[in-house]
Amino acid sequence: MSMEQDKTGAEGGGPAGGAPPPSPPEKPAAPAKAEPPRAPRLVVSTSPHVHRDEDVPRIMRSVVYALVPGILVGLWFFGLVALQVYAIAVAGCMLLEWAFQRMLGRPNTLGDWSAVVTGLLLAMNLPAGSPWWMVVVGCLAAVVLGKGIYGGLGYNPFNPALVARVVLLISFPVQMTTWPAQGGPLTVDATTAATPLGAIREALSLGQTVPQAMAGMDVPLWKLLVGMRSGCLGEVSVVALLLGGLFLLRKGHIKWQVPLGFIATVFLFTGVAWLADPAHYANPLYHTFSGVLFLGAFFMATDMVTSPVTRKGMFIFAVGCGLITVIIRLWGGYPEGVSFAILLMNAATPLIDRYTKPRVFGAKRKLYEEAKAA
Amino acid sequence: MKFKGGIHPQYNKGTAAAPVEEMPLGGRYVVPLAQHLGAPGKPIVAKGDVVGRGQPLSEPGGFVSVAVHAPTSGKVKAIKELPHPLGLDMTAVEIEPDGEDAWWEGVQPKGDWRGMDPADIRDALREAGLVGMGGATFPTHVKLSPPKDKPIDTFILNGAECEPYLTSDHRVMLEQPREVMEGVGLFMKVLGVKKAHVGVEANKADALEALKAACPPDLDVDFALLEVKYPQGSEKQLIYALTGRTVPAGGLPMDVGCLVQNVGTAVAAYEAVAKGWPLIQRVTTVTGAAISQPKNLRLRVGTPLGDVIAFCGGLTEDVAKVVYGGPMMGIAQFSLDVPIIKGTSGVLCLPDAEVVQYVADACIRCGACVDACPMGLLPSTLGVLCERDRWEDLEDYNVLDCIECGSCAFCCPAYRPLVQLIKRGKAELRRIQKKRQQGAA
Repeated sequence: MSMEQDKTGAEGGGPAGGAPPPSPPEKPAAPAKAEPPRAPRLVVSTSPHVHRDEDVPRIMRSVVYALVPGILVGLWFFGLVALQVYAIAVAGCMLLEWAFQRMLGRPNTLGDWSAVVTGLLLAMNLPAGSPWWMVVVGCLAAVVLGKGIYGGLGYNPFNPALVARVVLLISFPVQMTTWPAQGGPLTVDATTAATPLGAIREALSLGQTVPQAMAGMDVPLWKLLVGMRSGCLGEVSVVALLLGGLFLLRKGHIKWQVPLGFIATVFLFTGVAWLADPAHYANPLYHTFSGVLFLGAFFMATDMVTSPVTRKGMFIFAVGCGLITVIIRLWGGYPEGVSFAILLMNAATPLIDRYTKPRVFGAKRKLYEEAKAA
Repeated sequence: MKFKGGIHPQYNKGTAAAPVEEMPLGGRYVVPLAQHLGAPGKPIVAKGDVVGRGQPLSEPGGFVSVAVHAPTSGKVKAIKELPHPLGLDMTAVEIEPDGEDAWWEGVQPKGDWRGMDPADIRDALREAGLVGMGGATFPTHVKLSPPKDKPIDTFILNGAECEPYLTSDHRVMLEQPREVMEGVGLFMKVLGVKKAHVGVEANKADALEALKAACPPDLDVDFALLEVKYPQGSEKQLIYALTGRTVPAGGLPMDVGCLVQNVGTAVAAYEAVAKGWPLIQRVTTVTGAAISQPKNLRLRVGTPLGDVIAFCGGLTEDVAKVVYGGPMMGIAQFSLDVPIIKGTSGVLCLPDAEVVQYVADACIRCGACVDACPMGLLPSTLGVLCERDRWEDLEDYNVLDCIECGSCAFCCPAYRPLVQLIKRGKAELRRIQKKRQQGAA
């Protein structure tokens, strides 16, 4: 929608006031050579006249870089089958974005790199052995249902990759919960294995206790951290995800309030449950380091478009994500709740924004008398 | 104290070491009647009149108004509509210099401010046509006349010069520290205050030292180095940084007992009283990659911009923008025929490569503007509301507290023209509020 042009040639006469009329961004004509440059073509626009060295494509590319460690570790453990999922997801998202924009007669938006980010995140949220057609349906759900129909990047209320994941989870529950075991880099066809959270839930439903279930699994903490466990493509390696997340934090593209608030809430809440009844609730370290929590907390709950704009709002949002995640994991119908939690909090974002407006400078006067006395 | 928000643009203060040069007398001066906030003056000279340097050309058009004066001696060539830096043609007095540069006989020293009555000092400043020279150009005598129920106890000298590129205040502080500090004393005397603060950004520590050394012993002044952060020189942020006092939203510095004046204004005030000089000259930084020889210049008010640029070696071929003021809040000029006016702190010439051209995208809600806003607003939301013509909703989001510093637009990765949108929104909301008031009355 908004098309503002800074570049406005105004010669001598001057604008008639108000916004300068848009004109094609042509180069200012070189001044006539004979006389001194009396009347160069000058650009007239509102201040500021300088800009920070940052734009949307650059931010999106940073997110791509940040995802690389997680992607690589996933590829290493799950093997070539995973590469296929990534390729289809990224190519599918880009192609669909291009096609959808073209169909609606809107400008090509591939240059903003958001389709690439969506494709990568979608793949990271799928099991390694996802059939190609399911990935394609996922792309469609992400790019069209999750973003395009709202008007494109910036207007989508929900995280597109998560919309796709949930669409797929509800539509194809079997394929979405068939987890190939990690067979190493050259794996083409793998046996299946349960995810840690899935295995615990399974055991509980069979009347076992959590310690019994855990005894049957060979997934010590260090394997969780490194990523040697079953699960979605991009969720397994806590260390790799953390590395990318710290990079984004340093770059300032994500704010600590989101990942910390999210992860700490999950840890504390599951910790309380575990202290209360260790037989039925897994210990908080397991909840924190398994499942899709790190991927969600660093890369999906932090999605700028769908999370609040103020620090306070971000923290509330993150705590909400954490609470809903734990409620679903402990008492809901799914072993994992991160996707639903983020989507639900996405829906709450406008409300959070509304109630976390920052205090205007001087709004509640920090009392003059007080400051004077100090 | 540090204020919230703010940004760190490239400072580009390449002219900081360049001493102020006097620009030689030119062949034509254009003195607009409106060079200040408030009502324009009424001309009191006619075509063909011979005027002396410093002779008033107009009388104030009301209390919130000041006169303008002849920058040099010569003949009034015309009084007509001429291009004005604010973007429209406005009435101006055109002067053809006689080359004598002879003072008008009415320009006489007013005395030593230490022995003068505050009211007389204030009158002298008004007579001299003094306005705030930081860029806002609010008549100084009005600022120095706070209502009885708003006692001022603290005077603040603004030496922050937080706008990138500009170095005129820096040079003035280095080269005329005594005049600056005498000006501070004069303002304190007018206001009857005992305490003054001088704030200078930490990248100009030499200027602060110079002022400290030149401070008359009879003045109680606190000197403070301030964090280098834009907009440190914004009145409300400066007051907070120096005194910890927070000007209430919608309020003025006098609501917290403060009054702020710019460095250049202090010198002009001192000269207006000690020498009787009206405000007919100022120091201006001419800079940017599109000017051949960047300089700090002492210019007569009314000097045509074209002359100034020619004196600095002319513009480069690839010039794309000429801005009055700094890059953050300055006004882009449409013509080189406009004159230097009382508020022209800088002339920034930007080449094509440095002029940001963009097609704005949708807001991606990254929150960079929210972090940057020194006023605690939500520029992202304001921008969207403005785009959708939801003027009345802007009130809930305190749009009128926006100081238009440009920090939000500076850091917006979607290149949204937030300041442009918000300026429009403020104007529309004010119109609605006015209508509402009229309806109620």
